Amino acid sequence: MLAYIIRRLLYALPILIGVNLLTFALFFVVNTPDDMARMQLGVKRVTPEAIERWKAERGYDKPLIWNEQASGLGRITETVFFSKSMRMFVGDFGRADDGRDISLEIRTRMGPSLAIAVPVFVLGLFAAISLALVLVYFRATVLDWAGVALCVAMMSISSLFYIIGGQWLIAKVWQLAPISGFGSGLDAGRFLLLPVLVAIIASLGGSARWYRTIFLEEYGRDYVRTARAKGLSEAAVLWRHVLRNALIPILTGSVALIPLLFMGSLLIESFFAIPGLGSYTIDAINAQDFAVVRAMVFIGSVLYIVGLLLTDLSYTLADPRIRFS
Amino acid sequence: MMPFQPVLLWSDLLLWLLIAAALLAARWACHQPHLLAAWRRVGQSPVGMGSGTLLLVFLLIALLDSLHYRPLLPPTEAGAPARYTVETLSALDALLAPLRTRPEKTYSAPLATLSFAKEATADGLGRDYPRLQHGGAHLADPATQHGKDLLVASVRGLAGGFALWVLCWLLLRPLSQNSTLAWNGALIVLLAVCLLTGLLIALAQGYHPLGTDKVGQDVLYQSLKAIRTGMVIGLLTTLIMLPAAIVLGLMAGYFGGWIDDVIQYLYTTLNSIPGVLLIAAAVLMMQVLIETHPQWFATAAERADARLIALCAILGITSWTGLCRLLRGETLKLRELEYVQAARALGCSHATILARHILPNVMHIVIIALVMDFSSLVLAEAVLSYVGVGVDPTTISFGTMINAARMELAREPMVWWSLAAAFGFMFALVLAANLFADVVRDAFDPRLVR
Repeated sequence: MLAYIIRRLLYALPILIGVNLLTFALFFVVNTPDDMARMQLGVKRVTPEAIERWKAERGYDKPLIWNEQASGLGRITETVFFSKSMRMFVGDFGRADDGRDISLEIRTRMGPSLAIAVPVFVLGLFAAISLALVLVYFRATVLDWAGVALCVAMMSISSLFYIIGGQWLIAKVWQLAPISGFGSGLDAGRFLLLPVLVAIIASLGGSARWYRTIFLEEYGRDYVRTARAKGLSEAAVLWRHVLRNALIPILTGSVALIPLLFMGSLLIESFFAIPGLGSYTIDAINAQDFAVVRAMVFIGSVLYIVGLLLTDLSYTLADPRIRFS
Repeated sequence: MMPFQPVLLWSDLLLWLLIAAALLAARWACHQPHLLAAWRRVGQSPVGMGSGTLLLVFLLIALLDSLHYRPLLPPTEAGAPARYTVETLSALDALLAPLRTRPEKTYSAPLATLSFAKEATADGLGRDYPRLQHGGAHLADPATQHGKDLLVASVRGLAGGFALWVLCWLLLRPLSQNSTLAWNGALIVLLAVCLLTGLLIALAQGYHPLGTDKVGQDVLYQSLKAIRTGMVIGLLTTLIMLPAAIVLGLMAGYFGGWIDDVIQYLYTTLNSIPGVLLIAAAVLMMQVLIETHPQWFATAAERADARLIALCAILGITSWTGLCRLLRGETLKLRELEYVQAARALGCSHATILARHILPNVMHIVIIALVMDFSSLVLAEAVLSYVGVGVDPTTISFGTMINAARMELAREPMVWWSLAAAFGFMFALVLAANLFADVVRDAFDPRLVR
């Protein structure tokens, strides 16, 4: 088991280097540091000296990927690629364009992101699976048909509509929750209510329908017929047999998402003015702060790979037949 | 002298090529009994026919909007060489000229006769809501005539729409008689479309049926223009990603070994970058590239078009991995089957086996993935435009409409019509696509027992 985990982690290294090369190509080869300096400085203040100073301040004055002047290992390490991209492997993300330390910023913003993302994930999963179970229980009836129709309609609505509509109806008309913002301690609950609710409803249609398909597929299996033949009630078949056997596809879809919860949600956080990582990313995109975007891409891919590993490990817990070697 | 100069934008070209390819594929499918049977199953479902009809209506609007031209400027002096406007128009713009060329000063509510904002009255004594320049301008006294005029126009429009539907029904009769296809579904959707079209045309004669936006532009016009942007993103993205997904997926599954390893590495790497971030990073770079090379584009329309195509390409690059993985898995299974081994034993080359024996047998996966992706791409466009990494701000799309209107809900009285129109049209398009995708999946999926 341990050997398997270590092998998987080693296998992740080339992927992360690939991710780094790709983002590096996107950021530095398509646009040279000179282009970036010109955009950041604005059209008016562009002089060759200003560009050189901007590059030197941020460490972009080195060669891109191969340093001819240096000797030995320095040929690789004294480059923009190594200093900007490879340093991220040891958790050094450098500074944002406004001079703040990105690592510190990430640590402080992780809390608000998780405060939204964890309830959304747990409650959302619970709501979707419950709804799907109800639909499967009443399968091939008018209720099932209406439920599926509702799910399809719900997934056809833009997530922007849920956010804007929720803010308008719940916060403005009914005044049940503040329209946006974030507080600390107990006060946070008041601010969390609306974004969590909106995020759950926005994803409910699609995921409930997906789980329904999974459960229905399990219903076609022989063990379900056997369970019914034993005289089990329909509810017992559903709870004790179908739900347990459908765990593998449920885990496939959900465990991989757990590490990514740290990243927060771009849309929800920026609409509800929550100081998390999602809104940090959006602000960086709008301000064209490449250092932050690069760091977030790197963290995102690390978390994704961790998620894949967790998914595989969770299979062994759910299904004792699965062994890794 | 030509009264206009045709303009072929890149997205137009690609869209028309796509239509031509789809028609060719349809002709080919007519000779393939199993594909024909699957499409017949789609046609036998009323939902499939209805949603398909609605999608065709949207496609028609998008195609009309893809015939671009530059109109001739009136000659300044006799004998001068012909000059064309800088503005690029489309056939849809020409059809909607009454909507496009009657702007108000600022917001006005749907079907309103008075402006949304108060202005100083002519006598300078107070402030009042002025009459709109075009909305209800034919009425002498809006206060008494407004309701009656709207009623008359609505009835006239609905009657006209119904007449149009009867005409469609008569035209479709020869097709629908003795047919196993569910023409009723198509006719019901057509009835709704015809009635709505008639109503909107009648009301648009004297009013702005869906109001106007901040700069006085008609919202109905914007909504209809946004359809093309959504369709282009939904269709061109798949067109761009399809070759890569099919070729790499088949090769990874069929050859195995190091080819499989390389291709798997490629898509795991791409997949492991969070989608929105990769798109955002790529779009940012593309934006800088376009901004630093203004000499590439002759007109603003060309620049906006380049951004649209680049967005499709970026979405395509990030979205081919899913289909590629599915195709790889299926090919892994297929290559072990007897008929493939027989073909190999008979001396077929790898290319022949892939093209003639494997590709036709994974076609159902490709078709299902195409229709399933469409709706999510249309929804993604709105979100990306909101984040600021979507289409060009001058391109009318659902995303830019929502973006411009979302702060206006806070106004008192509320400006809701722009948002409602964008969400309504988007909902109709995405719902039709989702329903159609469901029917297509059910018809093509061999796992489902029939």
